[in-house]
Amino acid sequence: MSLFASSLFDGISIGAVLLMSALGLSIVFGLMGVINLAHGEMMMLGAYTTYVVQNGAKALGGGLWLNLYIFPALVLAFVVAALVGLFLERNIIRLLYGRPLETLLATWGVSLILRQFVRSVSWGFVAGLVIFAVLFWGGRWVLQRFRPGGLGRMHQGAIALITLLSIGISVTAGYGLTGLGETSFWGKLWFSARNVDVTPPGWLQGGLSLGTVTLPYARLFIISLMVVCLVGIYWFLQRSPWGLRIRAVTQNRQMSACLGIPTDRVDALAFALGSGLAGVAGCAVTLLGSVGPNLGSNYIVDAFMVVVVGGVGQLLGSIVAAMGIGITSYLIGSGTLGFVLSNMGASFLQPVIDILDFFATSSMAKVMIFALIIGFLQIRPAGLFPQQGRSVDV
Amino acid sequence: MVSTLTTPQTPATANPMLHLQGLDVYYGESHILRQVDLTILPGQMVCLIGRNGVGKTTLLKSVMGLLQPRQGNIFYQGQSIVRRSPDQRAKLGIGYVPQGREIIPRLTVQENLQLGREAQRERKGGDRFDEMMDLFPALKDLLQRMGGDLSGGQQQQLAIARALMGRPSLLMLDEPTEGIQPSIILEIEAAVRRTIETTGISVLLVEQHLHFVQQADRYYAMQRGGIVASGSTEELSQDIIQEFLSV
Ligand SMILES: Nc1ncnc2c1ncn2[C@@H]1O[C@H](COP(=O)(O)OP(=O)(O)OP(=O)(O)O)[C@@H](O)[C@H]1O
Ligand SMILES: [Mg+2]
Repeated sequence: MSLFASSLFDGISIGAVLLMSALGLSIVFGLMGVINLAHGEMMMLGAYTTYVVQNGAKALGGGLWLNLYIFPALVLAFVVAALVGLFLERNIIRLLYGRPLETLLATWGVSLILRQFVRSVSWGFVAGLVIFAVLFWGGRWVLQRFRPGGLGRMHQGAIALITLLSIGISVTAGYGLTGLGETSFWGKLWFSARNVDVTPPGWLQGGLSLGTVTLPYARLFIISLMVVCLVGIYWFLQRSPWGLRIRAVTQNRQMSACLGIPTDRVDALAFALGSGLAGVAGCAVTLLGSVGPNLGSNYIVDAFMVVVVGGVGQLLGSIVAAMGIGITSYLIGSGTLGFVLSNMGASFLQPVIDILDFFATSSMAKVMIFALIIGFLQIRPAGLFPQQGRSVDV
Repeated sequence: MVSTLTTPQTPATANPMLHLQGLDVYYGESHILRQVDLTILPGQMVCLIGRNGVGKTTLLKSVMGLLQPRQGNIFYQGQSIVRRSPDQRAKLGIGYVPQGREIIPRLTVQENLQLGREAQRERKGGDRFDEMMDLFPALKDLLQRMGGDLSGGQQQQLAIARALMGRPSLLMLDEPTEGIQPSIILEIEAAVRRTIETTGISVLLVEQHLHFVQQADRYYAMQRGGIVASGSTEELSQDIIQEFLSV
């Protein structure tokens, strides 16, 4: 029984991570109808930020720093992911507004780019990016500023030339610098392509013993973090002026604009907020395992399932769905459920146990969860808690 | 067929509150508004009349910025606003009560009114919440109810109160009495009249209800997307009423 209880607890902490990343997805989808396939990579960025902060703490001499680094890491993970999200919204998603398919493809592309970015980033690589940005935007700014009257078609040509030149120069510079070799300052990879490990602070190692069950502190921390995020988001959406604006635009974009709400700023803010939450989730994940470029993709599908099952923009539904999916997939995937049932020694359960054992790997557990969700959606297509009453807008 | 097409007389002294100049608006390829000219002076109440589907709502949406005219210009207080977004226009002082009211359904009445404050330009103008409670006492007991759960008449009052919360200089009302019982119509009429008297704002009203139309100073009559008649409402002839209002 204690095995069951501790597995249940582990499942809850997985659910907590899912919930933190699903909240952002749900808010953004409700507001803009955008499915952000790069959301998982925001988690990944949060996780790598944590890794960097930890290394910074080590460089500062460890000790107290190594115990407390997790708090600045949480803040920075939020900020980094939020800024990347903001950049993404301003420069890509906003341009594809009202074109869901293109948005899907574009955000998928971004997710691939971000994954490759952490694999190959080095100072030389960054230098190439900076050179490109300076040349490209600087060139366009100069063109804008000193444009001789009526360049007309020449203007297009000039932009094309600037683009080509800045790509050429920056790629050459980047290759040249990184070509100095793995051991040089410019060529050394920031993170290796393999997974890196974040050591949890000392006070998060070990666990709380309750009789025969031990609750790991790291997982307790993640669950508390989720509660804080949840309360924060609830407060923000229900009580703050920007939360009210987000809710209004979610329900009626045109009318909200007619009332004087700057809808583009609302979009940008919500997107940054959702990405930031994913960053926090990514920071939390570092306490559970190693950090790799594909970290986000392990969670993103489940996070989408949480949104689908819980219902878009439904806080309570998301909580129940996240916990349900987190716990079920953990119990099945780790084989706990089958083990517990077989210990009960009821022979008539044998077929059930065989089935559960068959699904007792994490990828097979996902298959089973999918099947369960598809079945569930046949019964309740609008999610766990569909809107009721006059205020439903179908 | 009435053909008293008159160009509006704009006194050189006052900048008109709103001036539409040769407005052409399309939905995709269908030409809806054709060369519309219209002028509203400060403090004036203007009524736009016409049968169903002639383009009255389209005109208001164009003024609000929800539709972009293909040709023509919109001047608000002497300044062209065609390049402004709807939220900027709202902040400039254009209040909009759309047809169908568009109350945000899953926000409380209180929150809907709160959203009305978004457009208020000078915060020093003071809050209008108490004024609105006086103007529409029916809303007082509903503050914590969801906007979507109100009746049509209550929603209409809320929509007007919400627009007025932003202290607009120009209030646009699109068929505020549509589908509403007579006693509430009179209440809404009285509230609009009282607002004009106390605040001196301009009003652009789209209306089918003769009694309400007669409250306006001027009327413009539309047919197939163009203005075909205009004048003082005092000289609204039986012909025009027959032609443009569904009485
Ligand atoms: N979204 C739209 N797409 C295409 N055509 C539209 C759209 N909305 C309105 N129309 C057309 O534009 C014309 C004018 O519509 P509009 O809503 O402005 O009429 P209206 O004068 O307000 O009518 P009513 O008195 O019924 O409210 C109609 O012929 C209508 O079919
Ligand atoms: Mg209409």
